[in-house]
Amino acid sequence: MANGQRTYRSGFLRELNKNFPLFLMALPGVVLLIAFSYLPLFGLIIAFKDVHYDLGILKSPWVGFKNFEFLFKTPDAFIITRNTLLYNFAFIVFGNLAAIATAIALSEMRARFMAKFYQSVMFLPYFLSWVVVAYMAFAFLSIDLGILNTMILPKLGLQPIAWYFETKPWPVILILANLWKYTGYNAVIYLAAITGIDPEYYEAALIDGASKWQQIRHITIPLLSPLVVVLVLLGIGRIFYADFGLFYQLPMNSGALFDVTNVIDTYVYRTLMGMNDIGMASAASFYQSIMGFILVLTSNLIVRRLDPEKALF
Amino acid sequence: MQSKSRFLQISTASEIILHIIFGIVALACLVPLWAVISISLSDDNKIRQIGYRLWPVKLSLKSYEFVLAQGAAIVHAYGLTIFVTIVGTILSVLVVSMYAYILFRKDFKYRKFFTFFGFFTMLINAGLVPWYIVCVNVLRLKDTIYALILPYVMNMWYVLIFRTYLSMSLPDSIIESAKIDGAGEFTTFFRIVVPLVKPGLATIALFAAITYWNDWWLPFMLVESEKLYNLQYLMYRVQQKIQYLAEIASKISLVSESPLKDLPAESARMAMAVLGMGPIVLAYPFFQRYFVKGLTIGAIKG
Repeated sequence: MANGQRTYRSGFLRELNKNFPLFLMALPGVVLLIAFSYLPLFGLIIAFKDVHYDLGILKSPWVGFKNFEFLFKTPDAFIITRNTLLYNFAFIVFGNLAAIATAIALSEMRARFMAKFYQSVMFLPYFLSWVVVAYMAFAFLSIDLGILNTMILPKLGLQPIAWYFETKPWPVILILANLWKYTGYNAVIYLAAITGIDPEYYEAALIDGASKWQQIRHITIPLLSPLVVVLVLLGIGRIFYADFGLFYQLPMNSGALFDVTNVIDTYVYRTLMGMNDIGMASAASFYQSIMGFILVLTSNLIVRRLDPEKALF
Repeated sequence: MQSKSRFLQISTASEIILHIIFGIVALACLVPLWAVISISLSDDNKIRQIGYRLWPVKLSLKSYEFVLAQGAAIVHAYGLTIFVTIVGTILSVLVVSMYAYILFRKDFKYRKFFTFFGFFTMLINAGLVPWYIVCVNVLRLKDTIYALILPYVMNMWYVLIFRTYLSMSLPDSIIESAKIDGAGEFTTFFRIVVPLVKPGLATIALFAAITYWNDWWLPFMLVESEKLYNLQYLMYRVQQKIQYLAEIASKISLVSESPLKDLPAESARMAMAVLGMGPIVLAYPFFQRYFVKGLTIGAIKG
């Protein structure tokens, strides 16, 4: 036993000695991964503790599932779960549909120069930070000065809307903002796949007398579907995580809108920083991590069944 | 893209409909940008009377004068953002490319271990609370410049992208021949590998540069001192502050003459946004080209 241990260790030491420069190259990455990814994992125990700052985390008393009990007794737990899941679901469905439609349309467009132009313009929002996008949205949505309330709604004979206090429009605004920012980016991924399709398929279809529409339906879309499946499943793997900037910056953190804009990420932030309720925040954070982990594993399993090449692991 | 002339093309009617749809989409992408620029160039009093407009009303540069007169803060934030972007991007490219390189080396016995070690962090994410506590209490990053750089340096996604790039563009025989010539590992990496994979490095550098330039999250979480406000975070604070100042100003100005009365709040707000996005919008056609290349590589073999 001891002997086996020794040869194993000397095997590692020999390897370390032989390939020392390679280990050295990995070192900075390893240190950073430990600091920002592995150390926080130990912090997951906070969810089961009643943290007293004076005692430190390790010495604070265990409270079992108390923090979770408190969290799931609040009405917030339901709202943030519902919002996170429904918004992400909408982003996955509409985002992929928009990106696929864009990619197919751009690839079929005859005026190549214009197609390139549209692609470039649609890519622009991807480069803007959510802070900048929030400023832009404010130019349109500001209650007393916004372009919608002062120019557009009066012309249509409609009453101005208190955008930052009215919950109803926000699901639409958030979904549109998400589409606006990411469609150009996602379309490029699909465009790359379309460009990779063997032209012979189209030639054969042409000989069979297939119309353009039939070619799209029976060649382009079926050949894109593996990629669609993979991207959708990866999206599902991250369905418990929300785009913090979108949900925090765009509604300008307006309390009146929390019912439709609060997601797990923003809730955790507000509970931790605003209310300083570390127990509740870490319970929500833990809930998110575990559900996220399960979904990543599940969706990868499914991806691997469908297309082993595309699986992450 | 290959010539489509051999294939059936879409009809002229469909082409026209597509141009109309994409014309509208393109406008939707450009108009918000245009609106912000227009408001920033408008006269503030006029704006306050009639509201924001899509074209400059009574052209005026007063808002920029005001923002730049607030001077120190924004110049400082610009400097800080440039510094953080440059240092962060260099570190990130260095750390990511070296890590990807050892994962690429098929003759390295521990590459499976290091792959899993990095990959595991993509599977499970501890979440915000533990991350925050580690940054503040263990790593003591709060209110330091390191807080704006270190958390984004190592990124396993970039590692995987770059490893794919390496295995597609670098034959193993090059490493072997360098070894036979007696080159050390670092010499091989920096003298032989790096010059051969410059486009891949540039892609990673652009991803990293955008992340650092657009970041407001790290100061949002980890910074209190105004000295460490980067550009995006300063914009976020100004947005809140102007809202607050404008409220006070509107109350005070009814009572007496106040210095706040002349605050060009509305146009200055948008001038701030224009200054904040300026460089990224100007550089974006260049960035876009590289991003498209990078994404194309990633999509073909993810």
